Amino acid sequence: MLARRLIPCLDVADGVVVKGVRFRDHRVVGDIVELARRYAADGADELVFYDITASPERRRVDVAWVERVARELDIPFCVAGGIRSVADAEAVLAAGADKVSVNSPALARPALVDDLAARFGSQCVVVGIDVDAQADDHGAWRVVADSGKPEQASDSGRDLLAWVREVDHRGAGEIVLNAIRNDGVRAGYAHALLDATRAATDLPLVASGGAGAVEHFANVFEHCAVDAALAASVFHAGEIRIGELKRYLAARGIVVRP
Amino acid sequence: MNVRALIVAAGGANYGSLCEACRRIGVDAHLSDDPARIADATHVILPGVGAAAQAMGALRARGLDRALRELRRPLLGVCLGMQLLYEHSAEGDVDGLGLLRGRVRRLPAAPRWPHMGWNTLAPRMADHPLLRDIGRDDWFYFVHGYAADDDGATLAAAEHGAPFAAVVARGHVHGTQFHPEKSAAAGRRLLANFFAL
Repeated sequence: MLARRLIPCLDVADGVVVKGVRFRDHRVVGDIVELARRYAADGADELVFYDITASPERRRVDVAWVERVARELDIPFCVAGGIRSVADAEAVLAAGADKVSVNSPALARPALVDDLAARFGSQCVVVGIDVDAQADDHGAWRVVADSGKPEQASDSGRDLLAWVREVDHRGAGEIVLNAIRNDGVRAGYAHALLDATRAATDLPLVASGGAGAVEHFANVFEHCAVDAALAASVFHAGEIRIGELKRYLAARGIVVRP
Repeated sequence: MNVRALIVAAGGANYGSLCEACRRIGVDAHLSDDPARIADATHVILPGVGAAAQAMGALRARGLDRALRELRRPLLGVCLGMQLLYEHSAEGDVDGLGLLRGRVRRLPAAPRWPHMGWNTLAPRMADHPLLRDIGRDDWFYFVHGYAADDDGATLAAAEHGAPFAAVVARGHVHGTQFHPEKSAAAGRRLLANFFAL
């Protein structure tokens, strides 16, 4: 039976791992390879490296660190941020990433999703979606573009569920749904958004934004049909160890890889 | 016998992880797209990331399809590389190498498509040397939307919506639908088993 996945997300800026609250005020949390190795040893199922500067600064991902990570890791990893073309994706995948995740460039040019799926197969193509939603905005969830830098973030004009259906149709292989208001706040995942997204697609769905306690992971797996839960600060700060989290989830009857 | 491992490198996919996974178990694997080098290797791995039609085109363009068909030493297809061993893939409606009989089909839409994540195996021929020290409690990383039928060549099946072939062997031809190089300790054991063949 397919296990629910736990995915630490490492935000990368200028070659080091950083973390901010609601995408702001970044501080350095450590070396990429060192953290990657620690998470793999601790039982992480997969890692996401999000280059938070490449996308807003319109730079390509620096593949040197992707290669270093690929040499060290024996679990899969995905690179997000700064992938705007098939050539960008090819460089990152050739450097050893298993998947690429696209967000704002797909909003600007949705056919990017089709192009990536045709060239690499849907299984390599993750679409990240940022939503800035109040709990009571039911049915009016708008996708945010360029959320990597708050001063550049803007309403993409797209409705969340319409965009989810569109990227599914275009060949996406997975969706990471990030609730901006929950990110870094540690009050739990955005269940209403995840439920609505789940109802709109059969693609693997990753919950992002809001984890602060082991109960939040159990709750999102028990109440929302998500395939994976992504988190950053609680893991980086060492407040939640993945091995312990997995034992807790398994005791609650949630299927995880021990 | 000294292992001379070769990873078939055609099509610009991810070979670094596989090379490193081999290195971690003490095997120095070389990358090549030269058909002559393939004939000279003791163990050959056919990896694959991407879509089937593109990958077959890349093999044919370099004459690697013939070299792989003529090979008699142990061959391991990984993920898409395993799918290319079959007669036909529904992904892009393309003919494969035909080293294994059967077809590669799209996995069912439910419960999720594609199949992405860690899953366990149901061994059909647990005594095969490729499955030494690998059992029902081991987890492997899968990421694919198509799969081969669970048939006579299956050493171990996995299930996602329906059972499919996860580890196969017929004669010198082997395949894993999962990525051993991304499957932590269990994946290391499988690769070590392959190089011991």
